[in-house]
Amino acid sequence: MISQEFDYTVATSLSEAVGLLQKHGDKAKLLAGGHSLIPMMKLRLATPGLLIDIGRLPELTYINEEGGTIRIGALTTHQLIETSEVLNRRCRSLAEAAGLIGDIQVRNKGTIAGSIAHADPAADYPATLLAFDASIVALGPKGERTIPASQFFVDMMTTALQANEIVREIRITPRSGKAGSAYLKMAQKASGFAICGASANVELDGSGAIGSVSIGITGVANRAFRATETEKALIGQKPSATLLRSACEKASNGVTALEDIHASADYRLDLARIYARRALEKALERVS
Amino acid sequence: MKYVGQAIKRKEDPRLISGSSTYVDDIALPGMLHMAVARSIYAHARIKRIDISRATRLPGVHSIVTGEEIASKCGPIPVAGEIPKMKKPVMHLLALGKVIYVGQPIAAVVASDKYIARDAADLIEIEYEPLPAVTNPEKALQPGSPVIHEQYSDNQAYTFGFETGNTEEAFKTADVVVKERFINQRLAPISMETRGAVATMQMPENELVIWSSTQIPHLLKTQLAVMVGVPENRARVITPEVGGGFGSKLNVYAEEGLVAYLAMKTGHPVKWIEGRRENIASTIHGRDQINDVELALKKDGTILGMRAKVVADIGAYYQLLTAIIPQLTGLLAPGAYRVPAFKFDLVSAFTNKMATDAYRGAGRPEATYLIERIMDVAAQKLKLDPAEIRRKNFPKPSEFPFQTSGGVVYDSANYEAALDKALNIADYAGLRRKQAEMRKQGKYMGIGLSSYVEICAMGPSVAMPAGGWESATVRIDPTAKVTVLTGASPHGQGQETSFAQIIADQFGITMEDVFVQHGDTARIPYGIGTFGSRATAVGGTAMYNAGQKLREKMQKLAGHILQVNPEKIVFEDGKIIAKDGSGKSMGFGEVVTQAYIARQLPPGMEPGLEATNFFEPSNFTFPFGTHVCVVQIDEETGEPKITKYVAVDDCGNVINPLLVEGQVHGGIVQGIAQALYEEVVYDENGQLLTGSLMDYALPRAHDLPMFELDRTVTPSPVNPLGVKGVGEAGTIGSTPAVVNAIVDALSPLGITHVDMPVRAEKVWKILKGRKAS
Repeated sequence: MISQEFDYTVATSLSEAVGLLQKHGDKAKLLAGGHSLIPMMKLRLATPGLLIDIGRLPELTYINEEGGTIRIGALTTHQLIETSEVLNRRCRSLAEAAGLIGDIQVRNKGTIAGSIAHADPAADYPATLLAFDASIVALGPKGERTIPASQFFVDMMTTALQANEIVREIRITPRSGKAGSAYLKMAQKASGFAICGASANVELDGSGAIGSVSIGITGVANRAFRATETEKALIGQKPSATLLRSACEKASNGVTALEDIHASADYRLDLARIYARRALEKALERVS
Repeated sequence: MKYVGQAIKRKEDPRLISGSSTYVDDIALPGMLHMAVARSIYAHARIKRIDISRATRLPGVHSIVTGEEIASKCGPIPVAGEIPKMKKPVMHLLALGKVIYVGQPIAAVVASDKYIARDAADLIEIEYEPLPAVTNPEKALQPGSPVIHEQYSDNQAYTFGFETGNTEEAFKTADVVVKERFINQRLAPISMETRGAVATMQMPENELVIWSSTQIPHLLKTQLAVMVGVPENRARVITPEVGGGFGSKLNVYAEEGLVAYLAMKTGHPVKWIEGRRENIASTIHGRDQINDVELALKKDGTILGMRAKVVADIGAYYQLLTAIIPQLTGLLAPGAYRVPAFKFDLVSAFTNKMATDAYRGAGRPEATYLIERIMDVAAQKLKLDPAEIRRKNFPKPSEFPFQTSGGVVYDSANYEAALDKALNIADYAGLRRKQAEMRKQGKYMGIGLSSYVEICAMGPSVAMPAGGWESATVRIDPTAKVTVLTGASPHGQGQETSFAQIIADQFGITMEDVFVQHGDTARIPYGIGTFGSRATAVGGTAMYNAGQKLREKMQKLAGHILQVNPEKIVFEDGKIIAKDGSGKSMGFGEVVTQAYIARQLPPGMEPGLEATNFFEPSNFTFPFGTHVCVVQIDEETGEPKITKYVAVDDCGNVINPLLVEGQVHGGIVQGIAQALYEEVVYDENGQLLTGSLMDYALPRAHDLPMFELDRTVTPSPVNPLGVKGVGEAGTIGSTPAVVNAIVDALSPLGITHVDMPVRAEKVWKILKGRKAS
């Protein structure tokens, strides 16, 4: 469990880091919390020639609420997200997802941007960011661009980021009406990653019908996805046990599921249905 | 009794908690080199060519050795556990010509630091010719299977069996026969500290000194001296702090021989620290048995006989005790019951996997699992309460010592008392009522029992491959400080504390005045080590006996000086007091001083205060107890959740309840983990799929319920302390309780067995199957 030799440099600003990425190309890797990268390096699955440490840029740790939008700095740790007053009030499922990552030592070091840029198909955040229709602000040589979460997660360990782009911020505009959210997961017992994680957001309209609903599911397929058929079956309907059950039966329709020693594809597909419904039930309980 | 029986915090903990202790990896010696091992990536392959030229050219590389050199200079991996007529393939420290499991050492590099050593090991080019692998023991035993050790015609390592009573008759006359196949899956021991060793040659006598994370310093010293060819009186093994072993360090490994050989060859100290992936691939595994069990009973649940056919998958070769572990399964298979007729048939198979050996419980968890599971299968068939079928077949306390059909004599027990206590604490009747209600609501709740017995305090030498005794020296220095040198080699058990409690009480002094030393063969008289729940029952007794010798000597000396009858002398509060009405006394320290000044010794008495005892136990001890586990099953996902866990254990007299509870807690956790989470998985090509802790599931505190512990106390007659041992009890007792609870929960669906680990998906499939039908 010893990595190969590599060079290491500390970036003093994000734009310097972008410049270094530009200069060194494929052989460089960004180091933030290091909780995905360093284990891969120790297993020699990742062998970067240069680590660019951005983990010391204090200006990238923040959770700000401005107008209706919450901005989360790239280096904000899982622990800060888990315990944030703002997020627990307005984006409960995101705080919940953060609290289910690894253990307290991991949460103290690991960062939200590090996690999403790594794009492990069983990571917790993607389900929640999809359900919130979050956007990801990336900084590159040509400046900033905003990528919707729905376009950000491309495939297993693959995002829409260019090799010379760095995640700078995550933006969420949660519903302000009678809304609730929840994240639930079945963890793989060894790694703690999701065999299935479901994140549900729901908002009721004045009549008590479902005005908006979104469900993100992680751990099941090569990337997190939205349960769009379920969402369609719910929209405009009054929530009832029967409705939730029948709608969530469609949660993994058309999905090609992962299969490994920890769970079969069929099991993952069924867990998606079960966890979608349970997350939805919990989100409805939390509607205020 | 001042200390014994009290919950005293461990003397060891401050240094462990504060990180100020010394492990093997903390040893740093001038000029020290670091070893890395190039290992096989194939489960079965011929080695066509090894090219070390690129690795050799890497700056900082000092030396690289491969199989031929090592085979000509070093003896093979020692095998102490032998079965008559077993095949005995020789296993060299480095592969010679072919590899037979993934992770097998092929070459060793020493370099100036561990990073260069690792890089160099990766630069060694090994050309393989892959051969078909076999990883299923039953397939390995079939004709036509690839043969692993080609000097033999097949993969059958050995067979072993016995019959007690007439099983044929028992099965013929039985009202009912139940049978079931149980898979006891392969586990990785995973101690917190991986293996590691440092070797150096020390002047002036060219002594080979080895620091190793081992449970058996003396046996390792003997084996390494023979292996690398140094006189044993010039070999010394030191175990610094050892961060757990669970049996996996009750062994002699290739890497220990390699560091010794390379230290001799290079003239430099050489260090090797095992990585976690190496630890999972190349440290022994445990369990891995297939048990076909049949039980013959009368209608009322009385057992008439049992047959157990065991296929043991022992992996590619023998480590120290590999061959005898599955044999222990046979000795204990009748469990806590009267089984008048018993037939045991074992066949062990070589497969292209890491060797199995002793892992916490070692053969006895398999026995306990098979008997405790088949008891529930029988109860289910006969519609008897699992508690009642157990109660019916327990031998009564008056029947002890109890000769079993497994071939051992149980020392002492009251099985029914432990069962009743556990049922009371768990409110068994209330649980059954609740279960009935839950079932009406379509919920799956299960209650599982396990009334286990186990074989501990290993053991009489006749039953052990390398001596079953233990040694201790007790020495009192002129300033009245007591040193204990024990051949036991604690590595987390806490005997520095419990042994000090015993000695302090023996001499009426404070624990602070007692220093318990272990794990350095230059300081400690030859000993056996810590495994098989033996350290207190065997090693503690040796210490107690040595202490008694000194007590008698001090009584005589004080009696002589005070002119009182030595038999009237007691040791209390740092004083030696004549309880003869004379009111005479001396300070403990004064008597000690007199033993060294030696001017007032009685005629014939030697000066000094030091005594040694080599204690040979007359029998094993047999701790027992009942565990009750309650599970709730998620009816959609299938996930089992333990909602209550009660354990009543009887380990005889208790020296320190905190240590006992700690052992029981840890044991239960590992036992539950076998039931629910852990499994070493190889694919059909012999690739290890659970090679890291990202895939091999260790239990975590938040996965587990609170344990409700209690005990009964039935002293063992085998040793003067009346102790039985408790290191493995939790592991042995808990696994079947958990699986029995899950099967009980699913029994309304007609389920009689679910194989371990019972992960959620297995239960989900059962629940789905029911919905489909």
